[in-house]
Amino acid sequence: MTDQVLIPGATEVVGAARPSRGRGMAARIGWGVAGVTAVVVLWELYKFLGPADGVTVGGDGSAGSGVILLPRTHDRAMPHAWDMVARMFAPTSGGDTPPLILSVLQAAGTTLGLAALGWLIGVVVGALLGIAMQRWRLVEAGLLPWIVVSQIVPLIAFAPVVNALGTQIDRSGFPWPQWLSVALIASYLAFFPVAVGMLRGLDAPDALHLDLMRSGSAGWWQTLVHLRLPAAVPHLLPALRLAAASAVVGAVVAEVSIGLRGGIGRMLIQLAGQASSDPAAPWAPTFGTVVMGLVAALGVALIGVALHRFRRGEDTA
Amino acid sequence: MTAARLPGWVRLLAPLVVGVAGLAAWYAFVASGSAPRMLPDPFAVANEFVERFGLIAEAAGITGTNALVGLVAGSLLAILFAALAATWRPVDGMTAPLVAALAVVPIVALTPIFNTMFGASSQFGRQAVAGIAAFVPVFVNTLRGLRQTRPVQRDFFRATAATGGQTFLRLTLPTALPYLVTGVRVAASLAVISALVAEYFGGPADGIGTAIATYAKSGRASLAWAFVGGGIVIGLVFFLVTSLLERLVARRLGAGRPPS
Amino acid sequence: MTTTTAVRARGLGKVFPSAGGEVIALTDVDLDIAAGEFVSLIGPSGCGKSTLLRLIADLDTATSGELTLAGKTARQARLDQDYGIAFQQAGLLPWRTVAANIALPLELHRWPRARREARVAELAALVGLTDFVGRYPDQLSGGMQQRVAIARALAASPRLLLMDEPFGALDEMTRERLQSELARIAAETEATVVFVTHSIPEAVFLSDRVVVMSPRPGRITEVIDTRPGRARDDLLRESPEYFSRVTAVREALHGAPLHRANER
Repeated sequence: MTDQVLIPGATEVVGAARPSRGRGMAARIGWGVAGVTAVVVLWELYKFLGPADGVTVGGDGSAGSGVILLPRTHDRAMPHAWDMVARMFAPTSGGDTPPLILSVLQAAGTTLGLAALGWLIGVVVGALLGIAMQRWRLVEAGLLPWIVVSQIVPLIAFAPVVNALGTQIDRSGFPWPQWLSVALIASYLAFFPVAVGMLRGLDAPDALHLDLMRSGSAGWWQTLVHLRLPAAVPHLLPALRLAAASAVVGAVVAEVSIGLRGGIGRMLIQLAGQASSDPAAPWAPTFGTVVMGLVAALGVALIGVALHRFRRGEDTA
Repeated sequence: MTAARLPGWVRLLAPLVVGVAGLAAWYAFVASGSAPRMLPDPFAVANEFVERFGLIAEAAGITGTNALVGLVAGSLLAILFAALAATWRPVDGMTAPLVAALAVVPIVALTPIFNTMFGASSQFGRQAVAGIAAFVPVFVNTLRGLRQTRPVQRDFFRATAATGGQTFLRLTLPTALPYLVTGVRVAASLAVISALVAEYFGGPADGIGTAIATYAKSGRASLAWAFVGGGIVIGLVFFLVTSLLERLVARRLGAGRPPS
Repeated sequence: MTTTTAVRARGLGKVFPSAGGEVIALTDVDLDIAAGEFVSLIGPSGCGKSTLLRLIADLDTATSGELTLAGKTARQARLDQDYGIAFQQAGLLPWRTVAANIALPLELHRWPRARREARVAELAALVGLTDFVGRYPDQLSGGMQQRVAIARALAASPRLLLMDEPFGALDEMTRERLQSELARIAAETEATVVFVTHSIPEAVFLSDRVVVMSPRPGRITEVIDTRPGRARDDLLRESPEYFSRVTAVREALHGAPLHRANER
């Protein structure tokens, strides 16, 4: 979930921007397409050449024994790439239902919306927390270790518990729609990287600039607005990207725990359950989640473009 | 205005105080009776953790093993691909966008597909997901590390007529190693998280995640939270071990900070 | 003074392709350096002095002309390890001690351990770092790191020493001290030295000849004899012949004679 490079010894994520200007972008896209093609070719090649029953290690032949290293090659386990594409344009559940791709896009949109909401909440809370930690060293000392720990442990394990909590609260009279649980879980995952990134960014200006502000008798707030926040942008953007990816994962996982209708997580589980009769179908929502992640990253990239003025002189990895 | 650094004892005490205060607030909230049943008091959770330790440890073993297999396999593959990418531009060109995409998509969403491909009774789906999650940071960091040799050092090796192998062994590899282990440290946490979350997406009915989901659904709050605690313990263990490794390598190899 | 030629260049040239067309880094270089000579290359940025050094070191290939080192091609000389090189940045490996850094070229050429250790001790004594052989580079000052780099360059007792502004990053006092040490080492080992520098006093102090170069295109404009009539020590820095030679080099660099304030 991280695409940042960490400097050895650092405990938090340090921002490193990806170079992406003009012609470089076109070349990267070209290579990306080549890479995807290579993967597809490998897939089909394996289907063509690989052993029909896959490669199992240590089994005694009975079902479920041993460790399967390579999957079975027949169409039920590994549909052809073109079958996957064709299935997307076939009706969702037979008959008059709209094509699968539309259902997937709709569900992805729903989930992405919840992820975006969660991201927004997480960013606001995380940013405020980061500012508070920069302002008061005591707050930083007390909270930062917990924040760092929370990035290490699988907090998302809480998802079913949050959902159950939400259901209880809802039953006890206080309205708590299911989607709120999803958004909250997403926001919970998103706010930690933002808090850390914001703190790091606000602390980034060098002593020279701080002295400059001080000699101009700028107070804390002015220094924040005119120096620290702009200087924080290169550190914030990777954090926002990580938060977006986390929010998407959080939303999908939360949905699966909750079984949220209309979400892509539920669709994924449902179609996977029917995979023996309709093997190509679960690939559609899977691609849907991939697209969601890419769209989320694109959104943050657009924010980065909007803020490009504050990124001059940024190190590229 | 940069504030002076707080003394060491404050930096140690403050998070402890916050932790204790948090626990106290939790307990008070539950004791006040206004908390929903799904939020048990901390002592009940601790109690369940101790009583059911055998069960929790067994589930943790499954999830932990999946995470470990994923971490090791993912790291090895990542190191291999990073070495290839550092050597041949086409490999670099193709892997860079793919890895960048992998970094932002929810990898755990691949679990149902893997379970279909490898059979629902196999742990492989979860291990594969953990492996892919571990791959990304190790690849990115190792690749960067392999590129950190400085021209003056490379010139020196060439001037000394060193072979490619000698240069790799004595310059490129030691330079890359600190970055590599940092990547593994990050990957460890991601592998644990992914292995656990993948359990929510199907597969065998074992592991910490499945247990949490089951007990949360059936309303057994304290037990669900106790299993959450188990998950946290796995995460901490992985982090501590890989952090230690990172520190050892950094001390031995100068943390990748060459003198001028 | 022997008459073997340590470095011989005829019509040497180097052209770099670049975004805005070609860059002529070096053109038409004719130079003979005798064995045991200390020659400095001096000139403003872009005059090709570092390029010339890199061609001698076979770190780059010439695009025209010929270059031989004691009768061999530059490439063969490199493979045979006939020279040692030191750069402006010491380029020490941070995970190796001083001793291990000095020993690196010897390890690469598979010297047996005992022989290596003896040579490292010799070299450490030569550069005055015997007490520091167990330290790591980040524990040393810039001047000491450069001394390690010089020791490393001398490890296999090369007959030719190539140096690219090795004292450029040091403060003036350390610089003068290391210049004296280098002069001593060069005399003791009787090595040929090709020394690139930005500093006129440094070039005049250290060298038997100063090769003045200028840019666009990079070429040699003048060669000035600066062999001192006395030993290369601190007193030399105060002598009139030293000052007049510094003036000569300065005038060659400026391309015009200088008029001193007190000249009538």
